[in-house]
Amino acid sequence: MSPRPGFVLEVDRSMPPTLIWHGEGFRLERLPVGSRVVYPPESRPPLDDPDAAIRHALLNPLGDSQPLPALLRAGMRLTIAFDDISLPLPPMRSPDIRQQVIEAVLDMAAEAGVDDVVLVAALALHRRMTEPELRHIVGDRVYDAFAPHGLLTQHDAEDPDGMLHLGLTDEGEDVEINRRAATSDLLVYVNIDLVPMDGGHKSVATGLASYRSLRHHHNVRTMQHSRSFMDQHRSELHSSNWRMGRHIAASGVNVFQIETTLNNDTFPDQFRFLQRREWEWSVRDRAGFLAVSKSLDRTPERLARSIFQSIRAPHAVTSVQAGEVEAVHAQATEHLLAQQGVDVAGQTDVLTMGLPYLCPYNVNSVMNPILVMCLGLGYLFNMYRGKPLVRPGGALIMSHPTPWAFDPVHHPSYIDFFEQVLAETTDPLEIEAKYEESFATDPWYIHLYRTGHAYHGVHPFYMWYWGAHALDHLGGVIIVGGDPAAVRRLGFKPASSMADALEMASDVVGPDPTLTHLHVPPLLMAEVT
Amino acid sequence: MKALLFERNIPRYAAARVVSSLGSGRGVTVAPLKLTDIDEPDLPGPGWTRVRPRLAGICGSDLTTLDGKSSRYFEPIVSLPFVPGHEVVGDVEGPHGEVAGRVVIEPVLGCLARGVDPPCPACAVGDTGGCERVAFGHLKAGLQTGYCADTGGGWSERLVAHSSQLHPVPERLSDEAAVMVEPAACAVHAALAAGEMEGSSVVVLGAGTLGLCTIAALRQLTLPGTLLAGAKHPAQRQLASALGADLVVDPNEVPRAVRRLTRSLAAGAQLTGGADVVLDCVGSADSIEHALSVVRPRGRVILVGMPGTARIDLTPLWHREISLTGAYAYGREAAGTNGARPRTFDLAFDLVVQAGLDRLVSAHYPLERFHDAVEHAGSAGRRGATKVVFDLREQPRWRKTGAAG
Ligand SMILES: [Zn+2]
Ligand SMILES: [Zn+2]
Repeated sequence: MSPRPGFVLEVDRSMPPTLIWHGEGFRLERLPVGSRVVYPPESRPPLDDPDAAIRHALLNPLGDSQPLPALLRAGMRLTIAFDDISLPLPPMRSPDIRQQVIEAVLDMAAEAGVDDVVLVAALALHRRMTEPELRHIVGDRVYDAFAPHGLLTQHDAEDPDGMLHLGLTDEGEDVEINRRAATSDLLVYVNIDLVPMDGGHKSVATGLASYRSLRHHHNVRTMQHSRSFMDQHRSELHSSNWRMGRHIAASGVNVFQIETTLNNDTFPDQFRFLQRREWEWSVRDRAGFLAVSKSLDRTPERLARSIFQSIRAPHAVTSVQAGEVEAVHAQATEHLLAQQGVDVAGQTDVLTMGLPYLCPYNVNSVMNPILVMCLGLGYLFNMYRGKPLVRPGGALIMSHPTPWAFDPVHHPSYIDFFEQVLAETTDPLEIEAKYEESFATDPWYIHLYRTGHAYHGVHPFYMWYWGAHALDHLGGVIIVGGDPAAVRRLGFKPASSMADALEMASDVVGPDPTLTHLHVPPLLMAEVT
Repeated sequence: MKALLFERNIPRYAAARVVSSLGSGRGVTVAPLKLTDIDEPDLPGPGWTRVRPRLAGICGSDLTTLDGKSSRYFEPIVSLPFVPGHEVVGDVEGPHGEVAGRVVIEPVLGCLARGVDPPCPACAVGDTGGCERVAFGHLKAGLQTGYCADTGGGWSERLVAHSSQLHPVPERLSDEAAVMVEPAACAVHAALAAGEMEGSSVVVLGAGTLGLCTIAALRQLTLPGTLLAGAKHPAQRQLASALGADLVVDPNEVPRAVRRLTRSLAAGAQLTGGADVVLDCVGSADSIEHALSVVRPRGRVILVGMPGTARIDLTPLWHREISLTGAYAYGREAAGTNGARPRTFDLAFDLVVQAGLDRLVSAHYPLERFHDAVEHAGSAGRRGATKVVFDLREQPRWRKTGAAG
C-alpha cells in the first residue's frame, strides 16, 4: 500500500482535539469548527539497500559529471565536506546517512590510491561540534581513522589562514571559502536535504564560507525578497548562492555533490502518536500519548529536555543522487517534495502552529526565545511554495513556553542580542544597520566561536532576519503559554490559552476569522494555490 | 515653628535599623524623627540670615540616616538634635521679616560660615567641600546645613544660613528647578572629579536622583565616548536615556553590556578590559564590587553615592591598579577657561536649566505627612518617582506629579 498523501482536514464537531506541540510537551486543543488542519503525508518507503543506492549514485552521476572513480587518482588532494549537526532533525539513528556516504567515498578513494584526504564539517557560522556529536555523524571508523591525525576538521570561518578569497561575483559579492576545500583537486560535499533550502550551491557557498561572504545573502533585503526561501526559483537567497556557486566552479573548484533525502519517520516508536492523525489514534497511540504526557508532567524541566534531546529519529533514506550540483539538487528537491508536499487551496486569516522542542540551532541545548522566533517565523512560516498559508496582514499563533533562558556556551551572543538589541528595536533593518557589524566582529564572540562551542556573534542576527519576511507579512504574532516578558521582548503578544489567542487575533483580522493549523513536525511543504 | 527633628535616641535608632531592613524609608515610622514645635534658630553671627524654605528635598543620605544605616564615621561631625534637609530653595527673610529674595542654599558649612579665620587651606582656595574645620568655629559640629544643631535644616519653617551659602535664584527658574540645584552640584562635582573624559567609555551605576543628575552632568560638561547607564526601573531607564545615556541596561546586564561596548574578552565572569570610568551612584557593597568588576585595568571608579560601611573584595583594585575615589560635595571646579575656577553651584544652575532637571521632582508632601513622604522617597524607583520634596510654600499644595504612585 503506498503512503497516503498530505491531507487538509476541515474541523467538525466530531473531530477529537488536535495535538499541538508546546516545546518539551504537547497540548490538545479543540480548534474552532471549520478550521483547516494541514497534515504531512505519510512516510514514503525507504530504499531497500542504501549502501547499494549510494554506490549506484557515485557510479552513475547526474549532469555532466564523470563517475566518482574517474575523478580520483593517486597524488591528488581530496576534501570531503559534510553537513553539520543542524541536520537532520531530530538527529538520526546510527548509522547516519553521512557516515554511509563518506565511507563509500573513502573506499573509492582508497581504491584509486588517494592518500591526501581531509574531512571538513561544513559549519559555516554554526558552533563547533563535540567529539560525540562528530562521531555520531561520521561513525567511529571514520572518526578514529582521521581525527587523531588532524584530518577530520571543522570549518573555521574566522581562521585568517584557513580561508581563500576567490574574487567577486558579477554582482559584486565576495566569494570566500575554506582554503583546503578551494585548493583541492576535488571537493566532495555530502548533504542531507531536510528542506528544499538545503543542498544545491548553498552547500559549498554557505557551508564553507566566511562572514564576509555570507553577509551578501544572509541579510534583511535578501530575506524580504525570498518568498519563500524554500522555493529556489523565488528566492534571492538561492539566486545569490547560485551566483557564488557558479563563481566557485568558474574559479576552478571541482565540486562533486552528493545529496540525500529522508522520509518522514521523525519519531521513535514510543512517540508514534505524533506521526498519526488524531481521529485515527489507536488504543496504543492513546496510551502512548497518555504515558508520555503523564511522565512529562511529573518530570522536571531539565530532565524533560534531556529526554527529548536524546530522541534519535528513525529516518530512512529515500534517495541518493550524486554528480553535478544543479542536476543533483533538482532531483533531490523532487524527492523531497514528493515526501513533504501538500496541496492547500487558498490562504486564511489566522495560522496556528505548535513549536516543538527542537530547531536546527539548539541540538543538545535549550530553545531560547530568538530561536522560537526563528523556528516559527523563519522556518515553519516559510514551509510553503506559492504563497504563505496566512494572508497578508493575518495573524500567526504559536504555542511554545518560550522561557527566558539561554545556553551560555552555545549562544553567548544571543544573550546580548536579546537583552540589548531587542530591548531597543525589533525592526530587522534597524537591527542590521545599527548592530550587526559590531556583533560580527566582536573579538570575544570570535574567540568563543573558534575555541569553544559557540555560534558566531552574528548568528542571532541571521535568526532574526530569517523571520523578516514573516514580520513584514503578518499583522500580529501571538504566543500561547509563553513567558510573557520574553514574548513581549520579541515584540509579540503573550496569551495564556488558545481561546485567548484567538480572541486577540480577531483584533488583528476581524471577527470570525478563518484558521489554518500547520500540523508539524514531521515537516510538510504547503503548496498554496 | 514646625520642624522635623532628628534626635539622639539610641533605642529608636536601633529599631530604625531593623525596620529599615524591610526597605529603604520604612525606618521612618520608628526612627527618632518627629514633627514638633521648636524655637527658630538664632543667628550665629554677622553675615547670617534667616531663610524660609519653599521646597526641601529628601536625599539618599537622609534616608540612610533615618534608616539608622549611616556610618559611625559621621558621629563627630554632626550635632544633635538637628533638622534634616540640605536641598533647599527658600526665601531670604529681611531684617523686618520681609522677603528679600529667593535663594538656593549651598549646605557645606566651611570656615567662612564658621567664622574660622584664617580659613583652612581647602576653604582658602574655595574648595569648601574639603573643609578641615567642620567641627570647629562658632558653630556646633556639622558638615552641612541639615546635619548641624545650630543652623536648622530645610525640613522646617525657618533655618539660618551664612551669606556665603546663598545663591540667588533667577526669576525664570521654578522652585522645582531650584531645589534640584544642590543634587545637581554633587553630580557636577562627580562628573568633573572623573578627570579627562573625552572619548572614554563611562558607566553610571544607579539611576536615582544622583545617578540621573550625574548622567546629565557628564553629558553637558564632559565629552564621553559612550555613556552607559545601569537602571533598574522603567521610568529610570527612560529618564537616563532622555538625559543623555547612550545605552541603558538593567543593572544585572551591565557587565555584558560593558564587555560588548569595550570589545573586551572575558575570563570566567571577569572582563579582561572594561570601561575607562565608572561612577557608582548607589554606594552599596554590591555596586562598588560591580564597579570594580567592569572598570578596565588602571581605570577610575568614583563613588558618588554615599557608601557607608561595606565589605568589599579589593583584589581587583590591587590587581588592576584601579583608582578608587570619592566625590562628596562641591566648591570650585577646575573647569573654566583660562584657569578660571567657577563655583560648582554656578555650573549646577546651568545644568538644571540645560538638562531640564526640574522634571525629576516627582512628588510634593507637607511636613505633616512626613511618614508618607519618606516612605515614598525610599521606594521612589519602584514607584516611578525620582525626587520627593517637602512643600512649605504658603498654600501647601501636596500634589503628585509625573508617575508618582
Ligand atoms: Zn544630598
Ligand atoms: Zn575650611
